[in-house]
Formats: sequence, structure tokens, C-alpha cells
Amino acid sequence: MIKLTDVHKSFGAQKVLNGLNLEIPEGMITAIIGPSGEGKSVLLKHIIGLLQPDSGRIEVDGESILGLRRSQLNRIREKFGMLFQNAALFDSMNVFENVAFPLQEKTKLTRDEIHRRVLTALEDVGLKNVEDKFPDELSGGMKKRVGLARAVVLNPKIILFDEPTTGLDPVIKRAIHHLIRETHTKFGYTAVIVSHEIPEIFDIAQNVAMLYKGEILQHGTPDEIQASSHPVVRQFISGSLDGPIHLG
Amino acid sequence: MSVLIQSIGRHTLSFVQELGRMGGFLLYSCYMIARRPGSPIHILKQIQFIGAKSLFVIFLTAAFTGMVLGLQGYYSLAKFGSEGMLGTAVALSLIRELGPVLSALMVTGRAGSAITAEIGIMRITEQIDALETMALDPFKYLITPKFVAAMLALPLLCAIFDVVGIYGGWLVGVKLLGVNPGAYFYEMEKSVVWRDVYSGMIKSFSFGMIVAWIGCYKGYFSGHGAEGVSRATTESVVLTSVLILVWDYFLTSILL
Repeated sequence: MIKLTDVHKSFGAQKVLNGLNLEIPEGMITAIIGPSGEGKSVLLKHIIGLLQPDSGRIEVDGESILGLRRSQLNRIREKFGMLFQNAALFDSMNVFENVAFPLQEKTKLTRDEIHRRVLTALEDVGLKNVEDKFPDELSGGMKKRVGLARAVVLNPKIILFDEPTTGLDPVIKRAIHHLIRETHTKFGYTAVIVSHEIPEIFDIAQNVAMLYKGEILQHGTPDEIQASSHPVVRQFISGSLDGPIHLG
Repeated sequence: MSVLIQSIGRHTLSFVQELGRMGGFLLYSCYMIARRPGSPIHILKQIQFIGAKSLFVIFLTAAFTGMVLGLQGYYSLAKFGSEGMLGTAVALSLIRELGPVLSALMVTGRAGSAITAEIGIMRITEQIDALETMALDPFKYLITPKFVAAMLALPLLCAIFDVVGIYGGWLVGVKLLGVNPGAYFYEMEKSVVWRDVYSGMIKSFSFGMIVAWIGCYKGYFSGHGAEGVSRATTESVVLTSVLILVWDYFLTSILL
């Protein structure tokens, strides 16, 4: 389980997280929704220790990840996989090398075994015969799928998805959501998905947390969130221009 | 008035912070080089990029630097009737000063800027974050191989610069202006001592460290977007060049 308690974070004068409290249950898909620029990606980066909060507590499986040495933090990070917003594939490596990289660096598998596992991971995300292509030769959707293959190849306990479908067409979006659900069923990882995809995200998430003004405004099942009477949640879900959420 | 003092204070503080961060970056890089210098394949790739791919520009600048030294040296020495000392003048200028400094400046322009741009782009496209989320230390994969490669490649490039420059001077002095070829090399051999050679190599080695240090640092902490990377690249070239010249002065005063 991931637990964030009273987490504060500011960048200069801009307060991004303002006493955030959140519990992410193990083995489930939790979606973090909320307006753009509210700190959802910042929250993900706190969970994996890429950013440190100004104050508060972050625990992964009961262990605090704050104030750790790099080696201690890396031990906790080994539980994680992460799919970045733009996939963050290594542009000097081809698709095969990108997916093989974590296996080469973190395991003692033989070359044949690595080859087999990379091809399986690519197949799991619906990619074939793209192993020799470089990231700049791939479409946005393919990049995300390669990123997903790289995130699941080590069989992590927790996977963080930072806007996995932003900028993709509706068919690819659905395909990526389907892949997340399928890989989740297959591997049983804890998933944290930052997403703007309303209402699609309610179909794959088992928990939804709404982030607004640096705090979790509401947290519950997709049905509970969709039935919420809170004006901010209502406006966000309906996409209405009228309401407490102001543009800019 | 108080606004001015505040502004001076703020800039001083940010300058000191930047210095501290740069120092910390260098110390951590050295620590990582001692602990895990990176895989030989990564280092060889970087030697190829920083060293082998700089050969053409090194050949070109070395040849013309040697030729200019030959030309200038000949007419200066001719005033005292000492044209025979041309080989000595060319060789000592190159081995002690111009070889290490000019080869480092050329590598700064060609490879230092590319190092900053490469790491900067990896930073803004979250590739460095991706390494960290895989529980891998970016220094091991990105930084230390570049440090090791630059510290090995620069002395080699400097040695090539010296040799090519000496032959550039020979071409102008001996072939065009008629200096005795025996005197050119004999006087050179008589006056260049081992100390001159190794002081040049020490300089090159430390310049290699400066090129990698500033190149990697500026890329690692580059700002946002394409503009941030472009600014970091410019700053990297300017700062590396200035540091090379400043450090050259101090090193020369120690090694002389």
C-alpha cells in the first residue's frame, strides 16, 4: 500500500501540494483525476521519490521513502515501473534495447532468456516486428505501448502511469486502456493512473481520487465519484464551463 | 537602495549556490568514477565520440597553428639571426601551451556542446527520470563514461596536435622559408625535455575533466524546453572555454 500523509510541496511561490492525504490500496487500479496543472504528475513523482516533499510523509509498503540514501531509495524503486507521459524511451536505443535495458541491468538472465522476455512483453502490448525501430520512427501510441512493455517487463509490484493516453486518438486510447486492464489482470500489480480521460477512466479504475488545489477532494469507487454532489467534482466530470473551476 | 542591496544579495546567494552545486557534481562524479566507472563499452563509445570524431578538426587546427607559428617565429627569430631555433620555438609553444589549450577548446566546441545538448534533451524528455525510476544511477550510465573518456581522449588528441603542429611549422619554416631541416629538429630535440611533455599531458588531462564536468553539469541541470537546452549549451561552451584558460594559467604557474 502507498500512503501519503499531509504532503506539502511548493515550487517557489507556487503551492502545488497542500496537505495532501491519500491511501492507494494494493493490487488495485487507482486513478488520480483533476484539472490540468493541479500537480497530478508532481504527486506521481513524489510517490517514486523523483521529487521530495517540503513536509509530510510518504510510505510504500509501510516504509518511509523520505530522507533515504540513494541505495535505500533504489531498493524501494525496484518495486516500481513507470510509464511516462511521453513514454521517455531512450532515443539512442531501438525498441528491443529499450525493453531489454531493465532486464540487462537488473537481472542475471541469459541473452536468450532476455530475448524471449522482451518479445513476450512486446507481444503483450500488441507490438510485433518493431524491435529494430528507433523511438523517433514510432507513432505516439506505439511509443506508449513500448513504454508499457518496458514498465511491465520486470514484473513490478506497482506501476505508475502518467497520462498514458494523452494526445492519442480514441481507438488507440481504448487500446491502451484495454492493455492496462489486461496486464493488470495478468500480473496483478498496483496501478496508479494519472488521467484526464473522463468518463473512460471510470471503466478501468477501481478507485478514483480527485485532486484539486493541492488536496484530495474526494476519493472513492468510480460510482461514488460519478454520483458525487460536490460542485467541483460535478463540473470536472461534466466538463462544464460554469462552476467553481476557473480556466487559467 | 534597499532594492539594489537585495538584488546584489540574491545574485550573490544564487552564485554561491550554483558554485556549491557544481562542486558537489564534480565530487560525486569523481566518487562514482572511483567506484563504478561505467562499462568499457560505454567508455569506448564515448572515446570514439569525444576523441576519434574530433580528429579531423584537431588535424586542421594543429596544422595551421604550427604553420602560423613557423611563419611568425621565423620572422621574429630572423631579426636576431636565430632562425635555427625555429624548431625549438614551435615545439615548446605547442607542447607546453598551444597543444593542450587549443585541442581542449576545439573539443569543447565540438564535443562539449554535444554532451550538454545530449544530456539536456534526456533531461527534458524525462529519460534521466526513467533511469532513476528503474533504480539505476544516471551518473553510472551518462556521466562517468564521459568523464573517463574525456580524460583519456584529451591527452591523446593533444599529442596528435603537437606532432601535427610541429610538422606544420616544419612545412613553413623548412620547406617554404628555407630553414635548415637538421637544425629544426636537432634544436628541438635538444631543448624539449620530458617535463615539458608531461606538463602538457597533465594540462590536457585536467582540461578533459573540465570539458566533461561543465558539459555534463550544464546538461544535467538544463532548464525547460528547447530554449533551456539551447541556453545550457551556450553557457557550457562559454564557461568551459573560460575555465580552461583560467585553469591553464594556474596550472602553468605550478608546473613551470
